Amino acid sequence: MIAHSIFFYTFSIIAIVSAIMVTASKNTVHSVFFLILDFISISCLFIMIGAEFLGMIMLIVYVGAVAVLFLFVVMMLNVAQQKNQWFSSEESSKHIPVGLIISTLIFVELIIVVGGWKYKPDLFDINNSIEINNVSNTHSLGQVLYTDYIHIFQISGMILLVAMIGAIVLTFRKRVGVKTQSYIKQISRERSDGVSVVKVESNKGVRIDD
Amino acid sequence: MTEIGLGHYLTLGAIIFSIGIIGIFLNRKNIIVILMSIELILLAVNINLVSFSIFLGDLTGQVFTLFILTVAAAEAAIGLAIIVVYYRNSGTIRVEHIDNLKG
Repeated sequence: MIAHSIFFYTFSIIAIVSAIMVTASKNTVHSVFFLILDFISISCLFIMIGAEFLGMIMLIVYVGAVAVLFLFVVMMLNVAQQKNQWFSSEESSKHIPVGLIISTLIFVELIIVVGGWKYKPDLFDINNSIEINNVSNTHSLGQVLYTDYIHIFQISGMILLVAMIGAIVLTFRKRVGVKTQSYIKQISRERSDGVSVVKVESNKGVRIDD
Repeated sequence: MTEIGLGHYLTLGAIIFSIGIIGIFLNRKNIIVILMSIELILLAVNINLVSFSIFLGDLTGQVFTLFILTVAAAEAAIGLAIIVVYYRNSGTIRVEHIDNLKG
């Protein structure tokens, strides 16, 4: 139980400090870095207390998708009034210490969690009530999710679809002045639109640009 | 060091929730940090649900954490799309400048 206390205090202190840094940091890029660190610490806590599937899903969804989305938008919008300076050499080197510190912390956390996996039954035995008959967390969650909560599961899929379509529709911009191919105009073009037969009188010629 | 129980996890969730609320109110730089504070608040809710689910031995909390995760991802995508469109139209996302509606 001592090891469990040490794990809990380590990860929760890292999580709280990085949450404070998310709101207090001057640079928005650093805020996104600390948000990633916060999510990784909390997912390590989840993995430790026995919710392995949710911990892994949080790593994938938050760190892999949401935080990278935030980082893209922050970099794209130039929000810190640092126009055209982020990617020049001396300005982008200011991000390197913070990024190194955070990535080292993340590495250490992952090492602790993966290395402590072997001692997990000694660490924490309160979730025995859930793990009946050697059924893992993912297995039991799937058994509940696809039977009792199947309708809510499909509705959440619809929510994701609507969010995807909404994001595309919101940011879609029809460019003017760009030559594009229009299949409808190509297919619906008739012979009379393009070619006209002219009876040429002798000694008169034909006007071709009218 | 006492034994880690349900109260420790609930305290952690409460602290992160409060930090998220404070981040929404104190932030005057840009609206992206407000979105990140909302993510922190949802994370605190997830901590509460997962710790109750583990300590009470009921899987329903973890199922609903999964749904909260889904909704949070959708909300982040839509919110960032709105921010991109707003920045394209007005050229700034500073919070004190977003008062076009005069509410």
